[in-house]
Amino acid sequence: MRELTERALDTAAQLGASYADIRIVHRRDESIAIKSGKLEGVLSGESEGFGVRVLVAGAWGFASSHHLDLAEADRVAALAVRIAKASGTALRTPVTLDHRPPAHGRYETPIAEDPFKIPVERKIWHLLEADLAAGKVAGVSFTESTYGAQREDKTFAATDGSFTEQTITHVGAAVEANAIEGDEHQRRSYPDAGGGWRAAGWEWIKELDLAGNAERHAEEAVALLTAPQCPPGVTTVVLDPSQLYNQVHESCGHPTELDRVFGTEASYAGTSFLTTDKLDEGFRYGSDLVTIVADASSPFGMGTFGWDDEGVAAQAIPLVQNGIFVGYQTSRETAPRIGRTSGGAMRADGWNRIPLIRMTNINLMPVEGMSLDDIVADTDDGLYLATNRSWSIDDRRLNFQFATEVAYEIKGGKRGRLFKNPTYTGITYEFWRACDAVGDGSSYVMLGTPNCGKGEPSQGAHVGHGVSGARFRNVQVGVGKW
Amino acid sequence: MSKTAATSPLAIAEDVLKRALRVGATEAEVLVMTEDAALTRFANSEIHQNVAETNVNVSLRFVRGRRVAVASSGRTDEEGLGALVRRAAAIARTCEELDDWGGLPAPDGDGTVPRLDAAFAQPTADASPEFRAEAVRAVIGAADDEGVLAYGSFSTSREGIAVATSTGIHAEEERTSSQLLTVSMSPNGGTGYAEAAATDASTIDAAAIGRESATKARATENAISLPAGDYPVVLEEYAVLDITDMLGYLGFSALAVQEERSFFEPGKRIGPNLVSIVDDAADPAGLPMAFDYEGIRKQRVVLLEEGVCREVVYDAQTAARAGRRSTGHGLPAPNPFGPFPLNMVMAAGTTPRADLIAGLDRGLLVTRFHYTNPVHPKLAIVTGMTRDGTFLVEGGKIVGPVRNLRYTQSYLDALAGVSAVGSERKTLRGFLGSAVVPALRIDAWTFTGTTEH
Repeated sequence: MRELTERALDTAAQLGASYADIRIVHRRDESIAIKSGKLEGVLSGESEGFGVRVLVAGAWGFASSHHLDLAEADRVAALAVRIAKASGTALRTPVTLDHRPPAHGRYETPIAEDPFKIPVERKIWHLLEADLAAGKVAGVSFTESTYGAQREDKTFAATDGSFTEQTITHVGAAVEANAIEGDEHQRRSYPDAGGGWRAAGWEWIKELDLAGNAERHAEEAVALLTAPQCPPGVTTVVLDPSQLYNQVHESCGHPTELDRVFGTEASYAGTSFLTTDKLDEGFRYGSDLVTIVADASSPFGMGTFGWDDEGVAAQAIPLVQNGIFVGYQTSRETAPRIGRTSGGAMRADGWNRIPLIRMTNINLMPVEGMSLDDIVADTDDGLYLATNRSWSIDDRRLNFQFATEVAYEIKGGKRGRLFKNPTYTGITYEFWRACDAVGDGSSYVMLGTPNCGKGEPSQGAHVGHGVSGARFRNVQVGVGKW
Repeated sequence: MSKTAATSPLAIAEDVLKRALRVGATEAEVLVMTEDAALTRFANSEIHQNVAETNVNVSLRFVRGRRVAVASSGRTDEEGLGALVRRAAAIARTCEELDDWGGLPAPDGDGTVPRLDAAFAQPTADASPEFRAEAVRAVIGAADDEGVLAYGSFSTSREGIAVATSTGIHAEEERTSSQLLTVSMSPNGGTGYAEAAATDASTIDAAAIGRESATKARATENAISLPAGDYPVVLEEYAVLDITDMLGYLGFSALAVQEERSFFEPGKRIGPNLVSIVDDAADPAGLPMAFDYEGIRKQRVVLLEEGVCREVVYDAQTAARAGRRSTGHGLPAPNPFGPFPLNMVMAAGTTPRADLIAGLDRGLLVTRFHYTNPVHPKLAIVTGMTRDGTFLVEGGKIVGPVRNLRYTQSYLDALAGVSAVGSERKTLRGFLGSAVVPALRIDAWTFTGTTEH
C-alpha cells in the first residue's frame, strides 16, 4: 500500500499540489433478502480502488480509479492536478486548511463475531425464522426480512506524512410485516424501518431476536388496517427512539453541517437556518433538556472511527448544550472560517468519492429523572409515535413533516388504542423548544441509518444516533386529507 | 495485479460467463458496467468540488438449479474474476432454492440488441475538466449579470454496459449522459433554479440555464407568506418530474401490482384525456438506452393512455410470474425493488406556458419540489416542499413571489385535476433514469404548512 500511496502523493506534489491525500479503500458488502418466506436474493459485493485529492493554488481537484497499480497512480494524480487547475479558473477564495498533527495508527471496530465468517446458510435460516413468524399471522399480505453487512478496509495517507489504517464493520437486520386491504397498506418493522444497523458483529444480529419480535409487529400491522385514522389537531407527542433518531437526524444533524451553512450543498439538499450569526448569539435551539453531541467515539455507532477521511482524530463535539446552539460539524477547510479547528466530520462514501462533512453519531443525551415509561405515565393526553415511515424537511431544515408506522393513544398516563397513518409537522426550533421531557439512560439506544444522502455525485453514509425517547408539547398531528 | 486479457465490457462478461459454466452453473448472467464520469460542482459562484472516476463493476448471477446467488466485484484481473466466480458458486451451493425461480430470460432473436445511435454522443465522452469549467463560468457569468450567486453542478459520463447470459444474450452498448443544474441566490433572499439533461453535453446552453435561474432568483425576492390551503397550481416541468418519478416508483411496476401495493389497475381511469405517459427508451428526446440490466431489449410501454391505466413494466422475474415476456425494465440483480420505468415520457399538450398561467384565476406557479416522500404509498399521497420560485397568480397574471409551502397531496388526485398540459417539454434527470415532461395546470393542490423563506 505504501508504495502506491507514496507514488500518488509524490506525483501530485511534483505537478504542483501544495497538499494531497489518498485513500485506498477495499469494501466488502453482503446482503440477504427474504420475502414472504422465500429467499429473494443473496448478494456478495466487493469493490476496491483509490482516490487522490489535491490542492493546487487553493483549488481542489479529485480523481479516482479501480486500477491499483503505480502507472494508474501517476495517471490519477496527474488528472487530479489538471482538474484542480480547471477549478482555479472559477475560484474566488483560495482554500486554506487548519493545522492538525500528522495522523498515524490503526483503528478497528470492536466486534465479537465476524459476520463475514458466519455461513450464509445460517444467516438465511436466521432471517427465515423471523420472516415465517411474521408471515403466519392472519391478515399479513407480505413480509420482508433483510440482513446486511459491510466492511471497509481503508488506508489514508497525506503529503504531511499522515498514514492511518482502519477496518470498519457494520451489520444490520430487520423484519417487516405488511397488511393490505383495499386502498389501505399498513406496515410494521422491527427493530426500526432503517434495517437495524450498528457498528458491531454477528452478536448484534443475535441480540436483536428478530424471530421473537416478528409476530407482535405483524399483529400490529394487521390491527392497523381497522384502526381509526389519526385525528388531526394539536397535541402532545412522545417519540419512541425508533422515530426520534430520525427527528434528530433531519432537524439537528443536517443543519449543523458547516459546509451546508456555507452553501456548498445549496444546489442539492439546500442550506441551513443555523447560520453562523446564531452561533455567535447563542441561539436557543431547544429547551434546557436538549443536549446534542456529535460523537465519533460512541460505542456501536455507525459514525464511529479512529480518524475521519482527512486524518482528523475522532472527537465528541457539542452541538446543542442545554438548549443553546454551541457548535457545528466541521472540516479542515470550514472550521477556520469560524475560528475553530476541525471537529473531524469528513467522510467519503468509498474510494471514488471525496470526503464531505457527514454526521458521525449525533446523539440526544439522556436526562436522568424520568424513564420513557415514566414520561408516558406523566402524560394525560397525547400520542406515542413509533417507527419512521416517511420524512421530509425544507431546504433550510425548518419545516419538517414525518409519518410513523403507528400511533398509540395516550390517555391518563397509559398507552391505549392504535391510530393508523399518523403524521406530525412543525418548525425545527419551535419543536425542540417544546421538548419538556427526555428519557433517561434506561431506554437510551444506538440506532442509525445506512443511507444518509448528500453531495453530487451522490454519496450514502452510515450514521449513528443515540436516543432515549422524548416528549414534545403542542404538536400539529394528522396532516393532510385522508 | 495482473490485468485480464479481456478489456471490453462484453469480452469481460463472456469471459466470466465461461468461467461460471465451467464450475457448475446451470444458468448464469454477467452484467458488466464501466464508467468514466466527472462532475464539476460550484457554490458561491466558484468551483469548490471537482471530481472524476474510472470504475468498473462485474456482477455475476450464478444459478445452480433453483439456487441463485449474486456476487459483484470491481476487479477485472485474473485473480479478481476467478475469486468472483468462486464466491458466487460457493453461495449458490448453500443458499435456499427459489420456489418461483422463472429462469434467466431467453434472448430476442440472436441475443444481440441493435444499438441506439442516440444513446451516445462523442462530445460527452470527450468532455474535459476545462470544458466543464467553461460551462460553469458561463453560468456564473449569467449570475454575475443579475447580481446573484450561482450554485450547481455539471456532470458528464460515459458508460459501457454489457450483458452475457447462458441463455444466449450478448448485448453491449455505450451510453453518455450529462446534466447541468443551477440554483441562484440573491442578496435579498430570492432563489431560482434551472436544469438541462442531454446525451450530448455540447447541446446544453449553459448561459441560458444560468440566465433562467438568475432571473428567477431576482423575481422571488421579498416573498410574502401565504396561508396553507387548497390552491389551483401551474407546475413547471421540474415539479412535474416528481409526479412521474413517484408514480413510477409507487405504481407503474409489475412487482408493485403483484404485491397489491400499487394504485394501478388496467383500464382504470386516473386522469383526464389530456394525460398520457409512456416509457420509451428509444425516444431521442430523453436519455436513450437499448436494453435493460438483464440484457432484454427495451419495449415502449404505454403506462397511461388519455388518463386510463394501460400497462406496467416487467423484468424477467415478474414476467415469469405473470406468464409473459419481460418488457426490458429489469434493474441489476438481486433487485427487491422490481422493474422500474427509467425513460418516462409525458405527452405534450397544446397550451403555451403563458396560457397555462393565464388560466389561473387565483393560484400558484410552482418551479420545483423539494425532499418529497410518500406518506401513503397506495393512495400516492406525497409530502414535500416548494422551492426556488413559488409565485402567486391572480387574474391570470403573476403578482409576486410567495414563501415556500409544504404540501400533502395525492398525486392521483393531482392527475385527476389536470386541466391543461404545456406544449413544450424538458428533458430532465429523474430518480433513477430520465424523463421528458411538460408543465401542467392542476385544479387543486393541498398545501398543509408554511416556512420562513
